[in-house]
Amino acid sequence: MKVAIHGIGLLAPGLAGWDASRTVLAGLRLFQPGAVPDPEAVLLPPNERRRSSDSVRWAVEVAQEAIGQSDLDPREVATVFASSGGEMGVFDQLCRALATPERVISPTLFHQSVHNTAAGYWGIATTCQQSSTALSCYDDSFAAGLLEAITFVCVEQRPVLLVAYDLAVPAPLSEARPITTGFAVALVLAPPSASSLASMHLRLEEAHQEDTSSLQDLALERVRLDNPAARSLPILRAIATGGSHRVTLSLLDSQQLVLDLDPCRN
Amino acid sequence: MPPNVQPMTPLTLTAYTLVTANGRGVGPVFQALRERRSGLKPCDFEDIPLKTCIGRVEGLEDFSLGNELEKFDCRNNRLAWLGLQQDGFMVAVAEAKQRYGTHRIAVVMGTSTSGILETEQAYRARDPRTDFLPTWYTSRYRYTHNMFSLGDFVRTCLGLQGPAMVISTACSSSAKVFTTAARLLQVGLCDAVIVGGVDSLCLTTLYGFSALQLLSASPCRPCDEDRDGLSLGEAAGFALLESSERVSRRGSVALLGYGESTDGYHMSHPHPEGAGAIHAIRDSLGRAGLRPEEIEYVNLHGTATRANDSVEDKAVYSIFGARPACSSTKGWTGHTLGAAGITEALISALCLTHGLIPGTLNCRRVDASLRSRILRENQIGSLACVVSNIFGFGGNNCSLVLGKLS
Repeated sequence: MKVAIHGIGLLAPGLAGWDASRTVLAGLRLFQPGAVPDPEAVLLPPNERRRSSDSVRWAVEVAQEAIGQSDLDPREVATVFASSGGEMGVFDQLCRALATPERVISPTLFHQSVHNTAAGYWGIATTCQQSSTALSCYDDSFAAGLLEAITFVCVEQRPVLLVAYDLAVPAPLSEARPITTGFAVALVLAPPSASSLASMHLRLEEAHQEDTSSLQDLALERVRLDNPAARSLPILRAIATGGSHRVTLSLLDSQQLVLDLDPCRN
Repeated sequence: MPPNVQPMTPLTLTAYTLVTANGRGVGPVFQALRERRSGLKPCDFEDIPLKTCIGRVEGLEDFSLGNELEKFDCRNNRLAWLGLQQDGFMVAVAEAKQRYGTHRIAVVMGTSTSGILETEQAYRARDPRTDFLPTWYTSRYRYTHNMFSLGDFVRTCLGLQGPAMVISTACSSSAKVFTTAARLLQVGLCDAVIVGGVDSLCLTTLYGFSALQLLSASPCRPCDEDRDGLSLGEAAGFALLESSERVSRRGSVALLGYGESTDGYHMSHPHPEGAGAIHAIRDSLGRAGLRPEEIEYVNLHGTATRANDSVEDKAVYSIFGARPACSSTKGWTGHTLGAAGITEALISALCLTHGLIPGTLNCRRVDASLRSRILRENQIGSLACVVSNIFGFGGNNCSLVLGKLS
């Protein structure tokens, strides 16, 4: 199965957008994880932005960056949102309130607790009415999202925006799920065409020993292992480096995605 | 406007099973449908004093998953386990494993709140000094509350090694599992898919819908002129899906089409004209290669909130007119949220198999402003094609077409 990558969005400490991060990912500049970004997600209507959680703003920020590169109208693009835990910050607030004798929770906080909150806000911001899926596969949520997105492109022959994100988990939930670095990535995928950033060919195989997904930069490798959305880093590195690359991503303990990346216009 | 989709190969529901407040297994669930017996009762879940009715599955409180599965123990996975034990489902999966091998069977599950009840309980048991959560919780978060827990659990129980994921798009979650499964099968990444959905009662949804003022004090009354909100329920449903080109028995129920859309309008209110719903229904008919006149029954999302039933009616009427019978089965089960998609798809499968169209339970007088043909009493007679609608938070819509293979 083959798709074209038409746009990339990226956000993490030290990785402020795809263009700004390419040299770091290609190993030409040192990765220095600085302050935690506080994205504006300008596409969100002011009212929605004020109410939205950090994860919504991170997801919308990378989504708009990727769509912006693609020349596609976001209203024509279906979406797949992948996140291991979804709205962990909202769960913390909800469960704190539900642990009090009054158990009073805000209706807004409740509808923001669903796993498709970011997907919903993206739809509201763009008025997109295409299909939208939100999913999880624990540490392999990015790989599962990629599988869903590529399958969608190949079957429906239409573009898809894949957004993978997980934010640093607040205490005390961090004891249960210790993710310490936020990470969000977006890829616009479409049927193969010449005018794309790169092409990606997918094969699903039974898992075997060979794992080519670790990164040489130890600080980046720590991020990759810390955050499920950062399991996308080997793909981003391959595209930033240019040339043809094979990347494998594990999907649960039994299977792996084998991805052959080839540059198109760069 | 013609749908922008291609007809699909029907997918046979080789085996399926369902547990709702009406009973364990498709037999008791269908019997309750036929006898018009609701599973809704005044809320007796935990210590919750809310004045509302719920569709609680009995027996989940005193239940053990057994040693090997102990780490998965939470209400949601107990309900999943109960579902897997019914209707010979495990045997059917074992046969499919023989046919295809464990790597060639995918698991695609849907849930909205997974095992969040564990997190709610853990927050009550926090250390008042340090704010730390108890270790019985933190060590098992991955297997209970994490959104993938249900997928992991079902895959482990069934001994499968194909692709797996949990779809969580609020109330449409376990309708969407059919669409992902259809695509995985079409591109040949697997030979069979276990689709399913499980959602269980928790404080988050009970207090959340209460905060939205969407809970009725009495058993929900879909499409009734005096409807005043929904009743929550819980359910587990599973189906084994295979291409009808490989497994096809005359009279078997199959997924004929699906349609997906979003409203792009509001997180918790439907689009006023039902634009997203219309898009989803049209695409489902397009993939099934059917004209609206060929649909005999529409299983409505029909939550019994003022807004949902009225907007859904606009969408359904604009496509079908007043010809097909329409009803909601939420009066039996309550709104099972992330399990509603599979629950109502499987209820539709039972209706197709037995030739029954359920009349909307608890609907005493149909809201005169609704223009679709809302059925109040059960109707017997052969049935070939059904549309099942599911709409959810985030404006996420999914319609499924189910029919009998000829």
